[in-house]
Amino acid sequence: MTEEIQKKSPLKRFMPLIIFGLLVALLWYGLGLNPRLVPSPLVGKAVPEFELPLLNASGKLSHEDLKGSITLLNVFASWCYACRQEHQAITQLSRKGFRVIGFNYKDKAADATAWLRQFGNPYQVVAQDLDGRVGIDWGVYGAPETFVIDHNGIIRDKRIGPVDQEYISEKLMPLVQQIRSEQT
Amino acid sequence: MRVIVLLVMALLLTPPVVAAPVATYEFDSEEQEALFNKLSNELRCLVCQNQSIADSNAELATDLRDEIYGMLQQGNSEEEIVEFMVARYGDFVLYNPPMKPMTWLLWFGPAFALLAGFFFVVRIISRQKKAAVAEMSGEEIERLKALQSEAQAMIKMEGNRDK
Repeated sequence: MTEEIQKKSPLKRFMPLIIFGLLVALLWYGLGLNPRLVPSPLVGKAVPEFELPLLNASGKLSHEDLKGSITLLNVFASWCYACRQEHQAITQLSRKGFRVIGFNYKDKAADATAWLRQFGNPYQVVAQDLDGRVGIDWGVYGAPETFVIDHNGIIRDKRIGPVDQEYISEKLMPLVQQIRSEQT
Repeated sequence: MRVIVLLVMALLLTPPVVAAPVATYEFDSEEQEALFNKLSNELRCLVCQNQSIADSNAELATDLRDEIYGMLQQGNSEEEIVEFMVARYGDFVLYNPPMKPMTWLLWFGPAFALLAGFFFVVRIISRQKKAAVAEMSGEEIERLKALQSEAQAMIKMEGNRDK
């Protein structure tokens, strides 16, 4: 029996260990994935049709209004803690000249107004989705979420969770450049 | 000790607490209600991801239950409702993933792994058997055969005596 073992090539002898190592690597990688990042089937598609009333302004916001320039549609709510975290980044993008539109998700008008007064209002307009019905059409399942919409009204990216500097520099800016190069 | 075992067994027998949200829906027919229950149990809640829309108390799950109910009332079919959800939230909402090239590994992987394991086990066993036979000398094989025929003869004798 000992001869048998010695006859085997080293590769064959270590095969179980190699397979085990690969399995560990695969499972380790799987552990690092974030199950909350559900890829949106809406990316690459036109924005869903909708019409919502505006917060503290007359008029409405519809899918037609989202065309024309690169737009960031930021889903936020006063009850959402992570929205406070990203608010600075959103404000910064607004100052840089992005058209940032607020999508007030399942909130109360008074709460949202107070929230914006406290933290500042970076939004061009704020659409009110009080019951979350339009949110379903957008595939929204929490706040914050941010949609990047190009000049043709096509959703180009969806950020789930707070917008941070890493997202801005590594994903948003290259995407914006790409959209601009398509435009010309 | 016995008492503890019994207690543990009793614990295992208790039904899991089902905190199903209070359903206040009224259905036109029993089929519609059955379909509603089927759909809300098959669709995953995206907020608390290991619960179905039926199980979850998240607000989104309530909204989606309302949506399913509304769509059923309007006469939408099961396929239409599933399509509606997938169009918005992706295949992720389905607890039962669709069969397509991307999910082949998911569908066939376990069966493949089982077959591969079975194949290796059979191979290893047959190899060991061969090795065992090969290790015996001619003399040993002769002795084994002699012992076998002796044993058979004994079994026969036993059988005859009983009759």
